[in-house]
Amino acid sequence: MRTRIVRRPLDPLSLISAVSSSERGGIALFAGVVRSRNSGREVAGLEYSAYEPMAERELADILATARERFGAAVEAEHRLGRLEIGEAAVVVAAAHAHRGPAFEACRWVIDELKRQLPIWKLERYVDGELSWVAPDEETAG
Amino acid sequence: MTTPTASETSLTVSVLLFASYADAIGRDALSLELPIPATAGDVLRTVARLAGGQQLPPRPLLAVNERYASADQPLATGDVVAIIPPVAGG
Repeated sequence: MRTRIVRRPLDPLSLISAVSSSERGGIALFAGVVRSRNSGREVAGLEYSAYEPMAERELADILATARERFGAAVEAEHRLGRLEIGEAAVVVAAAHAHRGPAFEACRWVIDELKRQLPIWKLERYVDGELSWVAPDEETAG
Repeated sequence: MTTPTASETSLTVSVLLFASYADAIGRDALSLELPIPATAGDVLRTVARLAGGQQLPPRPLLAVNERYASADQPLATGDVVAIIPPVAGG
């Protein structure tokens, strides 16, 4: 089975390749990137952790549902470990004959993934403090 | 009549804790023996009584064997119960 919860830098082009075919004229790509400010605080970086086997299975289920629901080719990866500002934490690619379903599938997958994957982020601030990020005060994606 | 053995009256499950919940309890895994019948909610109530357990919310997300589960899900020996903090992927 393809591993989608990874501990290496994400490569959006490889995901585009994975969903491309000569029948699919529209490809939508979403990248969630670590940003430098959150809730008014200056962020130095993030550390992502996961319940890895469950996150893998949940992500595979989300992608299978998206393929069925939108008739699109979809792929996604989420990175774990320590990330710096500007690095991608998550990438979603969706391809379809036409752009509408490609955008819709891409949007649906990132929303579901953020809702369901058992993944957590520990924020590191420039003052050295650490804090687990609550889902409604996002730093990336 | 024979006396019931422990395995007939109780079951053993693994419990996983993550992120802020692991910090609160001070560990990320433990083994629990519970009287039969037991549910995922019984695991939660037991963990909430441990030192630091009062920091857990009353109804956190639960998973049994890597699938989201409700508190009334019945358990069997060997099940893995995860207590899941609010997720923050992406």
